[in-house]
Amino acid sequence: MEYDAVIVGAGPAGLATAIRLKQLNSDTEVCVIEKASEVGAQILAGAVIEPEPLDELLPGWRDNPPNMCVPAGKDEFLFLGKSGATRMPLPPQMHNRGNFIVSLGAVCKWLAPQAEELGVEIYPGFAAADTLFDDDGNVAGVRIGDMGVARDGSEKSGYTPGVDIRAKVTVFAEGCRGSLTKQLIRRYELDEGKSPQTYGIGFKELWQVPDGRTETGRITHTIGWPVDRRTYGGGFVYHYDDNRVAVGYVVGLDYEDPNLFPFELFQQFKHHPQIKRLLEGGKILSSGARAIVEGGWQAMPTMEMPGALMVGDCGGTLNVPKIKGTHTAMRSGMIAAEHLAGDELSPRGYDAKLRASAVGRELYQVRNIRPGFHKGLWRGLINAAVETVTGGRLPRTLETRADWSSLQKVGEYPAPERDFYQRDLPPKDRLQSVYFAATEHDEDQPVHLKVADTDICVSRCREEYNNPCTRFCPANVYEMVEDEQGLRLQINAANCVHCKTCDIKDPYEIITWVTPEGGSGPNYQNL
Amino acid sequence: MKAMVCVKRVVDYNVRIQVKPDESGVVTEGVKMSMNPFDEIAVEEALRLKEAGKIDEIIAVTIGPQQAQEQLRTALAMGADRAILVQTDEAVQPLTAARVFAELAGKEEPGVVLMGKQAIDDDQGQTGQMTAALWQRPQATFASKVEIEGESAKVTREIDAGLETIEVDLPAVITTDLRLNEPRYVKLPDIMKAKKKTIDNTTVEELGVEAAKPLKVTRTAPPPARQGGKKVESVQELVSELKNKGLI
Amino acid sequence: MSKVLIIAEHDAGKLSAATGKAVRCAQDLGPEALEVAVFVHEGGDDVAGAAAKLDGVTRVLKVTDPANENALAAVLAPQVASLVQDGYTHVLVGNSTFGKDLMPRVAALLGVPQVTDVMKVEGEYVFQRPIYAGNAITTVEAPGDQVLCATVRGASYPAAGEGGNAEVEDRQVDAEIPQHTRFVGREVHKSDRPDLATAPKVVSGGRGVGSEENFKIIYSLADKLGAGVGASRAAVDAGYVPNDMQVGQTGKIIAPELYVAIGISGAIQHWAGIKDAGTIVAINKDEEAPIFEVADLGLVADLFEAVPELEKALD
Repeated sequence: MEYDAVIVGAGPAGLATAIRLKQLNSDTEVCVIEKASEVGAQILAGAVIEPEPLDELLPGWRDNPPNMCVPAGKDEFLFLGKSGATRMPLPPQMHNRGNFIVSLGAVCKWLAPQAEELGVEIYPGFAAADTLFDDDGNVAGVRIGDMGVARDGSEKSGYTPGVDIRAKVTVFAEGCRGSLTKQLIRRYELDEGKSPQTYGIGFKELWQVPDGRTETGRITHTIGWPVDRRTYGGGFVYHYDDNRVAVGYVVGLDYEDPNLFPFELFQQFKHHPQIKRLLEGGKILSSGARAIVEGGWQAMPTMEMPGALMVGDCGGTLNVPKIKGTHTAMRSGMIAAEHLAGDELSPRGYDAKLRASAVGRELYQVRNIRPGFHKGLWRGLINAAVETVTGGRLPRTLETRADWSSLQKVGEYPAPERDFYQRDLPPKDRLQSVYFAATEHDEDQPVHLKVADTDICVSRCREEYNNPCTRFCPANVYEMVEDEQGLRLQINAANCVHCKTCDIKDPYEIITWVTPEGGSGPNYQNL
Repeated sequence: MKAMVCVKRVVDYNVRIQVKPDESGVVTEGVKMSMNPFDEIAVEEALRLKEAGKIDEIIAVTIGPQQAQEQLRTALAMGADRAILVQTDEAVQPLTAARVFAELAGKEEPGVVLMGKQAIDDDQGQTGQMTAALWQRPQATFASKVEIEGESAKVTREIDAGLETIEVDLPAVITTDLRLNEPRYVKLPDIMKAKKKTIDNTTVEELGVEAAKPLKVTRTAPPPARQGGKKVESVQELVSELKNKGLI
Repeated sequence: MSKVLIIAEHDAGKLSAATGKAVRCAQDLGPEALEVAVFVHEGGDDVAGAAAKLDGVTRVLKVTDPANENALAAVLAPQVASLVQDGYTHVLVGNSTFGKDLMPRVAALLGVPQVTDVMKVEGEYVFQRPIYAGNAITTVEAPGDQVLCATVRGASYPAAGEGGNAEVEDRQVDAEIPQHTRFVGREVHKSDRPDLATAPKVVSGGRGVGSEENFKIIYSLADKLGAGVGASRAAVDAGYVPNDMQVGQTGKIIAPELYVAIGISGAIQHWAGIKDAGTIVAINKDEEAPIFEVADLGLVADLFEAVPELEKALD
């Protein structure tokens, strides 16, 4: 199969690229492949989006908006204590007038048919498992993963080998910590001279609550409790229509406490009296988790390589202080399309264009805010204030530090007092949470979480870090099981929600997430 | 000999369904839709019969909304030769569907009509049998094995007591059970090829079929919550509780 | 007032439990006549007699025809349809594979819709039935000017009592019986152990059982109870049992009358497979295990002591 452009990932960046390419030249043959069973099924984001790129890409969109799209209303920023909350002045990045609270999954689901109408071919249920290279070492396309492979690697009766999709240019739009882009960055040394990329883990639940509790359009962001001052974290509550509300929590993966349990922090956040009274008696419609890219300007790799380029968060275009990445992801896709259309599909020069664009300027301006939090909450806030006031013009760029290296060893970290509630809101535990992610993997397929050395788990890691994977995974994939066979790592691959946190945070860098069979994974509804 | 396979567009089996708070139904807006899994098995069986040389053309048919075309496209991508959409925006009643399929069977004259034993949305499990009755042909339901020899078919059926084998003269209706086969993966190049295959559009009225009087759904509620939580202190107490309930 | 006809299911001279449940359901219609039709190829007094004993039955009709030697929907449906012309307002059958196969054909011959899996009678033409595998319950209203065909969900009704004393009548039926469907053979489940998917009693083991070897005590208890055997996904993942024994959202979804969960914590995914069970018993040494919140009878105990003790107590 051969195209002008193959785009890996049907998220906002990938779809924006596809649409723009077709708008500029309807003869361009564009194909988008997507590992989820349906477009939007593995998209998870807050999300409050800035609409300008959408206005440019699809001018009439406001007359025909996607589902779950409400204009932003009241903004608030709270500093939480265990039971109280102090209203804080709203940082300028958090003014949302003119923005929209959306379900990013619903947005993508709405973009896809519009792309198809322009002639883009979209194939959900197919995972790009490998990059194809030509004899000169340029990217030549991607290979779809085999389907019908048994757990032991043999071919099941329905075995279907993956096909190669070749293209003049390949656009990687895999989202945060893409599995192919991870390899490509290494191969082409695209991170040369850059700061290490850093991440957070984001949890989200969509709730249906009793009448009279929600205020459509209301946007709440919080810092403070339940996270301690040395850990970066914060919560959000976004009110949709029809008594639906999204609650979520982000924990920076630069956390140091080996015993930290991010899922627990999210669940505690929900039990804060102000949040709990909103949720109590309601029910969970959908839930999930996803890593979120935080490194910003200094960590963004070179976004082009021979035969390919990267758009959106697989490079890292998210604006952390705004907690918004959709507008920059889309714009990076539009810029990519414009560049490719103007230059016979050659990616060369795209990186410079992106950095010189509004996306680059925006990321540059806020580049020092997130790294400032490596020193704790208060210094981070002061630094953030300084950087905001000076508009990022101070002649310095703070370095980041790789997340996998930030854990302190058990016993060396002064574990903070965690003042937690006895929880009674669902989900009771991660397994119950996974149920609402509707994640599905054929159990008889190779385990897609490759742990290079499981001996470390029962010996070194247990001692040094107390197996943090059993806590940072939002889906309880990793378990240390002790039974008649002894102590061992058990990987419950079928629970995986494709968040990529394990690939990022494991302190020995021995976990590699690869794509399971196409169509596997979460089936998020309206997240 | 032709095979006609009847498929239905349903909420995907992975979806955690939500009952609407006003009890007017189940939320389907924005929800993932797919081909009824039992119908996928029916399509697969037709493909295998074609590969074995028993049939030479597979027609996929559905009654449903315009978007049900997607399910027909899936059937075409799996290998069906052409498709027919009988378009309706009404909730599909089994008797109406059966009248439609019997009418189409009368026109297309397939040797075998295949469909799933039930749809996973309404779980009615009637359409195959009704189609057979209206078509005045045999039915072989809950099939776990199908063997076509000349003018008849031997079908092994999953029944409560075990397995039963019957022989039916063709043409006949066969409804599929879970263990009949495992549907193949749709290959990417085949999805592309399927775009060139035809889907004919028609309606219930155009076919001259009278829609059946519907079963009116007046309320849709979540299942009653179970009251759990009772504890017993000993095995003896457990045994006596079970005896009281007549379970042992 | 309704006049109900029940289609009896029988095998080897025995009336099926499903028939008794259909009769029990029919009682809720408050019918003026509740009659049972028994189709046989010869004899049949034992089956007809058993039907006549069911509480509420007002008459049993015995229809004899050589074609009825094996229950074939194509053969029985025209006979039922013919009987129905005698003014019956409702035709019911149990939701066994026999009933599920037969009733839609009858309904189509009569030109009427069918209500599948009746859980509750709310009115003469108003019923509750499950959809989406029981994840939602609908109330449906059938047209009141047509014969009502329905299958009755066995799990929702107890069997009718046996205090009846109805008359058995031989009935001739005028129906054209097709020749196009023929019985070839039957293979009854050979295994001594009932099939997990349909067994009325099931015993399942979880990760708490600890090993493949230890699963012996689960099998032993199951055999004592005459139950099928299942397992949680954790037990399957740990390699204690093969995966066709998995009960749960990604395994089998079952609805036995009695479900005994041993060493199973009760994750929601397992719950999805058993939520329709009649009585759920849990044995687990962890009193915080989620399964205790939903089990009808919970015993906090070491399964290695409790299970053998339970087996002994069943002697």
